[in-house]
Amino acid sequence: MSRIESTTFRDSLSVSFTVGAYGTAFGAAAVANGFSVLQACLLSLLTFSGASQFAVVGVLGAGGSALSGIATASLLGVRNGLYGVIMAPRLKVKGFKRIVAAQVTIDESTAVALGQEVRGESAMRQGFWLTGFGVFFFWNLFTVAGALGAQAMGDIRAWGLDSAVPAAFLGLVWPRLKTNRDRLLAVVCAVFALAMTPVLPAGLPIIATAFIAIAVGLRK
Amino acid sequence: MNAFWLATIGTSLIAFALKYTGHNVPEKFFAHPKVQSVNALIPIALLSALVAVQVFTEKSKLMIDHRLAGLAVATIALFLKLPFPVVVISSAVTSAAIYNWL
Repeated sequence: MSRIESTTFRDSLSVSFTVGAYGTAFGAAAVANGFSVLQACLLSLLTFSGASQFAVVGVLGAGGSALSGIATASLLGVRNGLYGVIMAPRLKVKGFKRIVAAQVTIDESTAVALGQEVRGESAMRQGFWLTGFGVFFFWNLFTVAGALGAQAMGDIRAWGLDSAVPAAFLGLVWPRLKTNRDRLLAVVCAVFALAMTPVLPAGLPIIATAFIAIAVGLRK
Repeated sequence: MNAFWLATIGTSLIAFALKYTGHNVPEKFFAHPKVQSVNALIPIALLSALVAVQVFTEKSKLMIDHRLAGLAVATIALFLKLPFPVVVISSAVTSAAIYNWL
């Protein structure tokens, strides 16, 4: 491997630590929604995709079935597949390395890699691996801390955890709201999910909003 | 196997399958702008719905309680471009204060 660019290193490390620290919120959310500490840690190790992980614990916590939880999380995981499509020709790895690359293909590793484009393909690869492994390390470390912390709390409402979880979701969606169409979609989906909650089984009102997104995306 | 284990394992398997599939399909397959557009919009839809359901429902009933104050504070924090931990913690503190003392 060629020398690591210091800018690439700095970008990767700062993203890794900041994003990894959100793992605390995930660990706490998982336990607050009825998952065990072990299950929270396994989700961070194996699923390793923040939005999907928050979604599955959110759906089950709201009383949804395992199937609704898996479906919602998987719809959110589709974008990681798209990142894989973008990264594969640049990483050029096969076999076991490709399996490892796939596991650390997330928003952050892809974003940092693409951010290094001006510094060349080698810097892009370094950014991808450093950020992928960095987030993986800190995300799992902080998940344990959050899960154990929440387990020690007892009544999660007395600690505000029932608001911390939706606040974390809002923090995840906020940077994605770039245009008025995005904002309108967000409001419509929120209202739709609430309107359907008394009617549909838990979890389905959330999944159903994916179809609104597909309809909007395919229009024109 | 209970629902929580099923969800943990099922989510993990599919998450990896999606990532790995991406690394094994040709790039031109996803180049279509409509695929890109749908891909950007799905997280917005699902995450917004999750926020609403987590704040305004209890079981399958609609409800307004201390969580609304938490959401309001989180929204203000995001408008002010405060960092993520501040958003989450200020929301939790507000919500807890109202739950415990009102």
